[in-house]
Amino acid sequence: MFGGYTLTVAINIGIYIILAISLNVITGYAGQISLGHAAFWGIGAYCSALLATKAGLPFWVVLPLTIALTTLIGSLLAIPCLRVREDFLAITTIGINFVVQAVFLYVPFFGGAMGIGGIQAPFGMSSFFWITWGFVLLCVVLDRWLVRSWIGLALESIREDETAAAISGIDVVKFKVLAFAIGSGLAGLAGHLYAYFMTFISADDFGFPQSIVILSMIVFGGIGTLRGPVLGAIILGLAPELFRPIMEYRTLIYGALLIFMMRFQPGGILGEESLILRTFRGVRQRA
Amino acid sequence: MLRVEGIEVFYGEFQAVSGVSFQVQEGELVAIIGANGAGKSTILRAIMGLQRCRSGRIVFRDRDITAMPTHQRARLGITLVPEGRRLFPDLTVEQNLLIGAYRRIDPAEMEEDLERIYGLFPVLKERRSQIAKTLSGGEQQMLAIGRALMSRPQLILMDEVSLGLMPKYVDEVFRTIEGLHREGVTLLLVEQNARKALAIADRGYVLETGRVVMEGEAARLASDPRVKKAYLGG
Repeated sequence: MFGGYTLTVAINIGIYIILAISLNVITGYAGQISLGHAAFWGIGAYCSALLATKAGLPFWVVLPLTIALTTLIGSLLAIPCLRVREDFLAITTIGINFVVQAVFLYVPFFGGAMGIGGIQAPFGMSSFFWITWGFVLLCVVLDRWLVRSWIGLALESIREDETAAAISGIDVVKFKVLAFAIGSGLAGLAGHLYAYFMTFISADDFGFPQSIVILSMIVFGGIGTLRGPVLGAIILGLAPELFRPIMEYRTLIYGALLIFMMRFQPGGILGEESLILRTFRGVRQRA
Repeated sequence: MLRVEGIEVFYGEFQAVSGVSFQVQEGELVAIIGANGAGKSTILRAIMGLQRCRSGRIVFRDRDITAMPTHQRARLGITLVPEGRRLFPDLTVEQNLLIGAYRRIDPAEMEEDLERIYGLFPVLKERRSQIAKTLSGGEQQMLAIGRALMSRPQLILMDEVSLGLMPKYVDEVFRTIEGLHREGVTLLLVEQNARKALAIADRGYVLETGRVVMEGEAARLASDPRVKKAYLGG
């Protein structure tokens, strides 16, 4: 249907959308800033890679195992995050990212610097595209359900004011762990897809710069909104493909973008107060 | 209903509350008055579990809750209207109210309670889909009280609810408190506005530098020459 290149880009963007949605649960809804989200993605990818190559399990068996494992590990890693807030939480999550990456790199079981190769998907590129985007759709539906449920409301109340949430009877610790569990479980799904798509993974794929890329996507698209992560992942996932020369400076540009958005457009590119919407409304009013 | 027995609360090395004891009976409206920094808010925070007691006990309905986390106390039916309101600023008025009802999720009851709060504060109904931070100070205070009521609390702690409000709203807030009291809700009020607080309360405690220095029926306290001199402006 599409060419190989188009499919590759589309699958990559699909994986980024899932990652962005998963981070949005933790950082957007629950307000727990995470600068180490690539760690959870990596944990998912390594789980799948190991289960596929060392245990020889098939794709659809590995998938639920990986999601269960990353959910579990994510909840455990949330525990050190419970004791800290805001800036300290940001630093703790960066730390988690580096530690996880170092474990992948230096523990021989995880393939060391060589990474893990030979992960074979049982289907071709075109099927992989449909499967990936099927999961994207599933995540969007899940996200929509979540934000309208009592769980979503509880997460948002914690973001807004932890003390007031506790006074209203919300178990703040439980819901923070839940946010990390959901977020890392979905990141595990993204890792699973990534591992099978790339067929080869290494620790470098899941470093701190990747965490910044994912965070930039949700900030750019509109943090804490439903459309934000999808929009951000599509635009920022596509940009380096369309403007090849900027590929080298990707992290730099995303970093600058992050600062710019936080300072001038905190609601995201299509947020209530964004430049684009205001201009659009202005044009409509004049017309 | 609530018994506080000799609690001591510290902020670091600073002792904010030194061995305070008092109780609140079912259906009572009790006011704690005192100057700024006397430890009034700290007592409410300790009852809600937001501040740890170094010693002493807090007993609610014959249950020792001294070590219980805040959300569990809320589930027992204690709630706090905190100083400075502490709404969920970026959520709508209705979402703020719904979170108040979190401890018991029953859609039918919830509708009923929402209507009751909207009846009490019609302005909240008009603004139900507006973001909380865009409300005026008085409206925000109504919302904070409404949110607390949504949990159908058995004991409401109110921390300086009249602080920083326009006189019109101060009267409305006190009328609301009186109304709740008549309905049989148990209330513990902390107020710098001693005159108004004592006017509606059954009993009162006077707090000075972390100690209870006087207690008694509100009317008697209000006519006591020392209270008059120190807190009612002569």
